[in-house]
Amino acid sequence: MTLHVTGEVLDTKRTGAYRHLTLVAPGVAERFRPGTFVAVTLADSARLARRSYWIHQVRPVGGYGPALQLVVEPVGTGGAWLAGLPVGAKVELTGPLGRPFALPKEPVSCLLVGEDVSAAPLFPLAERLRERGCAVTLLVAGRDEAHLLSALEARRSARAVTVVTADGSVGQRGRVADVIAETLGRARAEVVYAAGRHDTLHAVAAAAEDHGAWSQTAVELPQPCATGLCHGCPLPVVGEDGVPRTVRGCTEGPVVRGDRVRWAELA
Amino acid sequence: MTTTLAGLTLPNPVLVASGCGGTGRELAPYLGDDGLAGLGGFVTRSISLDPRPGAEPPRVVETPSGLLHAEGGNPGLEPFLATELPELVRSGTRVVVSITGRTLSEHAELARRIGQAPGLSAIEVAVGGEPFHAASLVAAVVRDLPRGLPVLAKLQPDLLRVVETARGVLEAGAAAVVLADALAAALPDGRPAGLSGPAIRPIALRCVTEVCAALPDADVVGAGGIGSAADARSFLDAGAAAVQVGTALLHDPTTAARIAAELTSGDTP
Repeated sequence: MTLHVTGEVLDTKRTGAYRHLTLVAPGVAERFRPGTFVAVTLADSARLARRSYWIHQVRPVGGYGPALQLVVEPVGTGGAWLAGLPVGAKVELTGPLGRPFALPKEPVSCLLVGEDVSAAPLFPLAERLRERGCAVTLLVAGRDEAHLLSALEARRSARAVTVVTADGSVGQRGRVADVIAETLGRARAEVVYAAGRHDTLHAVAAAAEDHGAWSQTAVELPQPCATGLCHGCPLPVVGEDGVPRTVRGCTEGPVVRGDRVRWAELA
Repeated sequence: MTTTLAGLTLPNPVLVASGCGGTGRELAPYLGDDGLAGLGGFVTRSISLDPRPGAEPPRVVETPSGLLHAEGGNPGLEPFLATELPELVRSGTRVVVSITGRTLSEHAELARRIGQAPGLSAIEVAVGGEPFHAASLVAAVVRDLPRGLPVLAKLQPDLLRVVETARGVLEAGAAAVVLADALAAALPDGRPAGLSGPAIRPIALRCVTEVCAALPDADVVGAGGIGSAADARSFLDAGAAAVQVGTALLHDPTTAARIAAELTSGDTP
């Protein structure tokens, strides 16, 4: 069940290159599952397309009940506007939207791979997995230190954390594709969850297949409505029957099995 | 606020425009207790004989006060009849199936096959803006439909020819005209697209005004950037019997239900 509500900014703080916004959005936080997102309506009524953000965390805020935390990169019209909102600002949003990450029934070993701001949905996922007794390994990647989502908090939920940055400013120098095979092997992961750029997700899905692991990828696409109405976020997949199909990234996704996506067509 | 349109009785004059309501299921959570049944009607996305994957991304692009949209794709007639249509009919709303084909004979075949489907209220077809072609298209569709199933013809907002086109499609057997379709436009990369949203609202309103003045007996549905009860009211005041809400739903999925409620209560802030 999703809701369209008017939320309110309770807190806003800068972390590296990003802005963490805490929002109260009645009913939305209560229905959250890791991998779901919210679609934000811009206050500028001449801007009709919506902007989608992963729900990063749900935490109780005194007097308000559970609140949503979004991580916003202040780029583009939507990102700059949202990141610049002061405490008390009203935000129209719809959520939680999309198919969340599927959780394993058994306490298996899981590898979580997140890149830049896209890593946001993996942190609450790590908590849920640990609650189920899964061994969680985290691979966090970023362009540089400023664009790396803090792994500090996640260390509590993860057995091992690997950090890579493209410029080597923190952790290993490199990209996800450089280290995914080795990390997968070391973690003996049976399930891999990934969120990041399309080429990164492709590399993760391919590595998971090589290792005989399941992969679930959170695919980001521009979503004009984010609610399944406009068919404007086509995601090329292969159905269970082997037939190529185009599904809606917002409704049939954003989390889909990595081996089901026709990655070459998303490049 | 019961409305009569094309011989149909609608509980209110607010319909969901083609291509803006998903399969119906996605919109229902935002419509309150009555779901889709609480709307005046639901026009489906355009259905073709064969499945169409839709345009390459980017498919829907923001432009000031509007959205540009290339073809959204559809599952094709058979899967639609097997899954989407029965679910829409079960929802209790008045279902209008929008059809699209490449030729007159494809349109005729679509009409013939969809016309047999139980529970259908009407067919909608986008006929463009060229009077002769539009009338021929409507004639082809009407000829192959079971008697009594109305055809709504959706016209391009081409002010120079809209009255002539409207007259032509009504004479050819259309039960109502929808004014207007998305305005022919291009995506930034030059691919063909339609422009919809508040940017075209004044143009659509002018089309409604002109057609209603020239053809006072015509059933007219207003469409184009309607996002509030006040917008809807201006189309109804211009002579439209009903309105379609489209792009506004992509911005706020509760819009259609809110407009219907405000019109029904007579409260238009």
